[in-house]
Amino acid sequence: MAAVQDAPVEADNEKEIKTETLNDAAGNHASAAGGVIPSPPVASTSSSGPAKAGGPGSEEQQTLMAVLQFLKKNNFVGAVDVLRREAGILEDSDESQGQELAASALGGAEAGDATCTLSRASSCTTSTPAVAAAPAKGGEDQPDVNVVLSAYSQQGDPALYQGYYSGLKKFVESVLDCHRAELSQLFYPLFVHMYLELVYNNHETEAKAFFEKFSGDQECYYQDDLRVLSGLTKKEHMKGNETLLDFRTSKFVLRISRDSYQLLKRHLQERQNNQIWNIIQEHLYIDIFDGMPRSKSQIDSMSGSLAGEAKREANKAKVFYGLLKEPEIDVPLDDEDEEGENEEGKPKKKKPKKDSMGSKSKKQDPNAPQQNRIPLPELKDSDKLDKIMYMKEATKRIRLGPESLPSICFYTFLNAYQGLTAVDFTDDSSLIAGGFADSTVRVWSVTPKKLRSVKSAADLNLIDKESDDVLERIMDEKSASESKILYGHSGPVYGVSFSPDRNYLLSCSEDGTVRLWSLQTFTCLVGYKGHNYPVWDTQFSPYGYYFISGGHDRVARLWATDHYQPLRMFAGHLADITCTQFHPNSNYVATGSADRTVRLWDILNGNCVRIFTGHKGPIHSLAFSPNGKYLASGATDGRVLLWDIGHGLMIGELKGHTDTVYSLKFSRDGEILASGSMDNTVRLWDSIKAFDDIETDDFTAATGHIHLPENSQELLLGTYMTKSTPVIHLHFTRRNLLLAAGAYNP
Amino acid sequence: MRVCRGGAAAMADREERRFAEVPRESIRLMAESAGVELSDDVAALLTEDVCYRLREATQNSSQFMRHAKRRKLTVEDFNRALRWSNVEAVCGYGAQDTLPFRPIKEGDLFFVEDREVNLVELALATNIPKGCAETMVRVQVSYLDGKGNLEPQGTVPSAVQTLSDDLLKYYQQITRSILGEDPHLMKVALLDLQSNSKIAALLPYFVYVISGVKSVSHDLEQLNRLLHMVKSLVQNPYLYLGSYVRSLVSSVMYCILEPLAASINPLNDHWTLRDYAALLLSHIFWTHGDLVSGLYHQILLSLQKVLSDPVRPLCSHYGAVVGLHALGWKAVERVLYPHLPAYWANLQAVLDDYSVSNAQVKADGHKVYGAILVAVERLLKMKALSLSVNAEGGIGGLPRPGGIMGCRESSPGLSPPPEPLSEPGLGIASHLHAGGAGCPWEDWTPVPLPAMYCELYSFFGDSLAVRFSTGPSLGNSPPAPLAQPPTTRKELPGGTANLDTARKMPQLTANLNISPRQDGSPHGELTAPSMVSGRSLARSSSSSSVQRSRSSSSRPGQRPSGLSRDVFPKARFNPLPAGPPIFSFVIGGRQMGRRCQGRRFQTTFTPSQPLSAVSSRTYAHKLPVIGRVGKPVRRWTCSQYSLHLPL
Repeated sequence: MAAVQDAPVEADNEKEIKTETLNDAAGNHASAAGGVIPSPPVASTSSSGPAKAGGPGSEEQQTLMAVLQFLKKNNFVGAVDVLRREAGILEDSDESQGQELAASALGGAEAGDATCTLSRASSCTTSTPAVAAAPAKGGEDQPDVNVVLSAYSQQGDPALYQGYYSGLKKFVESVLDCHRAELSQLFYPLFVHMYLELVYNNHETEAKAFFEKFSGDQECYYQDDLRVLSGLTKKEHMKGNETLLDFRTSKFVLRISRDSYQLLKRHLQERQNNQIWNIIQEHLYIDIFDGMPRSKSQIDSMSGSLAGEAKREANKAKVFYGLLKEPEIDVPLDDEDEEGENEEGKPKKKKPKKDSMGSKSKKQDPNAPQQNRIPLPELKDSDKLDKIMYMKEATKRIRLGPESLPSICFYTFLNAYQGLTAVDFTDDSSLIAGGFADSTVRVWSVTPKKLRSVKSAADLNLIDKESDDVLERIMDEKSASESKILYGHSGPVYGVSFSPDRNYLLSCSEDGTVRLWSLQTFTCLVGYKGHNYPVWDTQFSPYGYYFISGGHDRVARLWATDHYQPLRMFAGHLADITCTQFHPNSNYVATGSADRTVRLWDILNGNCVRIFTGHKGPIHSLAFSPNGKYLASGATDGRVLLWDIGHGLMIGELKGHTDTVYSLKFSRDGEILASGSMDNTVRLWDSIKAFDDIETDDFTAATGHIHLPENSQELLLGTYMTKSTPVIHLHFTRRNLLLAAGAYNP
Repeated sequence: MRVCRGGAAAMADREERRFAEVPRESIRLMAESAGVELSDDVAALLTEDVCYRLREATQNSSQFMRHAKRRKLTVEDFNRALRWSNVEAVCGYGAQDTLPFRPIKEGDLFFVEDREVNLVELALATNIPKGCAETMVRVQVSYLDGKGNLEPQGTVPSAVQTLSDDLLKYYQQITRSILGEDPHLMKVALLDLQSNSKIAALLPYFVYVISGVKSVSHDLEQLNRLLHMVKSLVQNPYLYLGSYVRSLVSSVMYCILEPLAASINPLNDHWTLRDYAALLLSHIFWTHGDLVSGLYHQILLSLQKVLSDPVRPLCSHYGAVVGLHALGWKAVERVLYPHLPAYWANLQAVLDDYSVSNAQVKADGHKVYGAILVAVERLLKMKALSLSVNAEGGIGGLPRPGGIMGCRESSPGLSPPPEPLSEPGLGIASHLHAGGAGCPWEDWTPVPLPAMYCELYSFFGDSLAVRFSTGPSLGNSPPAPLAQPPTTRKELPGGTANLDTARKMPQLTANLNISPRQDGSPHGELTAPSMVSGRSLARSSSSSSVQRSRSSSSRPGQRPSGLSRDVFPKARFNPLPAGPPIFSFVIGGRQMGRRCQGRRFQTTFTPSQPLSAVSSRTYAHKLPVIGRVGKPVRRWTCSQYSLHLPL
């Protein structure tokens, strides 16, 4: 009777679903009583429940109601009338009676709910119904794992499952159009859980028949999961299967409007369809909202993930998506000035002359996090020099737009023999690194400047440390070459990332390690061990020092280069983390996963602050817009989705690619989004237009229901074929030249 | 996993087949091989679990593929999935190339061919391919200002590998000397091409040069040289041809099938070129056929297309026939044989046309006739042989070494590999040429030998050198064929010929008798498979046809009487009304060519009673074409023949 005890507390806590649970309980009670009466032993427990919880008066009334309900159901009209007269109950609709009743006797109603579940599973031996009722009412985020694991042990008549399901199907088909789409969401999770229940209870043939009959009805984007399911027909197989574990341990989240939910509930109560009701309560989380039911396209755009949609409150947290203030560096307009001024020691004169760069960085973005929210490394002299270089380059940057598209340079990896797995460019586009399936990492210089390593320690002793060109002298001329190979991993290298200062290179591999390489000595400095499974991606922070890694163990880890253990672990994804990306302000990281969601994590406290659902396949690429406001994600389904981080909304869907999108990049000013795919094309999208087209009014912001433009073709600015070369990395140079890279596949 | 016995059958049993399944017997077999006896229900349980685990591993392995940004799931991916789930990895399947999957028909057994590798030899090998290019990055401006392709889209980069100076020089020297005038230099160059281990990087360039056959179709000499170049490349043990096989094959096919410009002039001996190209084709196919899947069917399809196209000149048909012949007797059985009745009518028409203007066509027709004859004779012989081997080996038993498999191994020219053969049954071939208008061998059913023999006999009559009889008594002394050259005219009048045919309607018994031939045919003394293997593909089909025609023409005029039709008995045509004996002549001729040593053609014709008007037919085309005959085929049987023969 856990539900009974919990109920008052939860009722206090629950603001939003409060009335819901009340209705819920009352309705349940009514139908439950109807079912209870014919079987005396159960009926006695049901009446004893309320006796403890509620007052005796309410109990009487409740029993009366139950009797009335029963008589009514069996068309004993005369008897109903007599009873009514004698009991003095007004002729009301059942629903309102129930509500009155619930309002007057809260505890009793809750108990009625419990009895409902009890009576439903008369063959059920465990005490799960009470527990099962609890999460549904409380909407608890963390289900008791033990309970969930044993949840399937209850027995229903396996032969009836098909009937239950098709009954629901008929019902959904018969409801009004506006509700149908919403209620159709139920099919998939119900189907999965009913199937698993059958399998768990060793009804193999029934499970197979059930699957055969109804698997065709499911949405096409669940095909991958269905394939996994269809292979699973034995209880023993459920143990090691990760997909299944996800289904069992996490609740499938559905967003349904209140009206539709009422319909559904009424139907289930009328039909006494307790099997389904039970599953809904145990394994589903129904996020009820007030307002218009959503349309099919709205639902489709958001569904598809392994565990349904994100709960609305999951995306409510405030995200500081603004950029950090740029450190103030004197930006000389040209070299001669710089030398002249500096020598004369009056650099201040420059200040008023500073152009937009300086003025922009002065204002603090209201949406930006505090400058020291995350401690960032201090700028070194070399970093400052680089910043100056960057700003100079930025003045020569080409403004892109629909009329002026970028030129594209393609870096083709030849003779890679299908072995190229990852590519990265340095920010200044001077180096390119490739990770290969043969466990090597190769670094090329793409400028005439060759790669040189530092001399050995013995030789370094010999050089004159006082000389001006000491930095030049420490380099070993003999080692100069166009490319260097880094050996160290013992499995395919799935991700590489340059540090912003070009001194380090990160690589992650199937061997479960992330390695940090020095680009001065071309040796491995650290092997970070923490992931015990393949690491799919790693990424340096835009400010260096921190990096993120994610892999098969479903946990993303935040590291600092000088710590051998992770600083943060971000757990929550239900499947492999396939790609990672730092927010430009380095306060957040985004991770894409094979569970078809994107999550945004706060580095400060490790919380998950955004969950984006809508992809229909594993996500393989992420990109933040340069202003930090938007996120783009690309998946194996070939679609690119755009997200508004501040509001936590999907704001665009870019359709066009026919294969996995392995690379996404915004141009330096954010006007163009470039996407590169396995289908051997680079596509350019008008991101400004995509962002502007969506007006985020208060309503959509509040509900998260967006109407996507039907056609993303007008956002497509160009499609550029490669020569049978899948595009696996894209990079905009500081002057907005687009670099693409991939391995030629003859 | 290696042995999936009866997998197809087990799957057919289940009404829904979501997955490939490992049947129970396989599990039991595997257990037995590990020394464990399984009871029925244990095996059943285990089977299901094995299937499930395999599927799970496959699903897990796909993520390794996705992260490696590949489309192809490799064995390595699968092994990684196994390793991460603490299962022992499968060794020995990591090769990049696809492993040939072979069936044994008798046992319904499929297996991956697993040749023994001599590790010592491998370890001490010196022929490690060199010139494998280093991984490198090249940059090019693909799109300037977002528009304008500097190079056409979708083409292969002009320089996939940048050539070193040495390679470039080598390339220039080799091509110059092969295509140049000096035969000695050419020989040296070809020899080097055959054995040089460092030219992997040049392969695409050579392939490109070879694809130039299309531009020199007027020059037999050049075509020959290019074909020799193909041969050298194919024979080079250091080269991995990979997908270039397709390109080479298409070049060779061009030489076999196309009505080359050189063949307009009858003096040009393009026949030899076609023969050589056909040989080369079979050589490429037998040595490198594994590299390209579905190659066998594509080749068969294009050969068949040419053969069934009546508009094509006869020399193309000839090419198709010798091509099929070179691909082995099964190819002949599948493509040529079913097509023969339709083709025969056309060919007969040409051969029966004795008009002057037809002489050239007729000569070509004889060429085709000879080629077909050689092909079907080998077909009969090999089929009989395979049957006899099967009969000896016992039904359902594994073939003995020297049986079908043995034949395949030792003499590649004789039967196609089992791998492609298994494809039609599995339905793979159908998608290979999807959209193609039906492949005749798709629903092909083997014709029993006796029926085949009957039909062929109805076409060729006694020209058919292979004989079958009904019993030992008859078989020991077959009446006609013994010393009879294939094209020798029969001495019997038409009526007897029919009788003869009827008498010889064969009823094949297990002990067949292959009559030895004394006409110098290469396979005349064939008695055992080992002999077959001894005669390798060095013997071209045409060489035997040449010999045959030579031997027949060596006794000209020996033919006293009989209708000309007897030469090519046509069961499908109405017999001519018997008349007074008519004389016919055989005229042997000599075709002169630059390189041909006494290639002859011969033709027979009867004097027409009234030298009536020669049907005035002109060829719009210079090349002999069957399809262009002006008159309906039926009428040719009683057309007027002319004595005039331009020599």
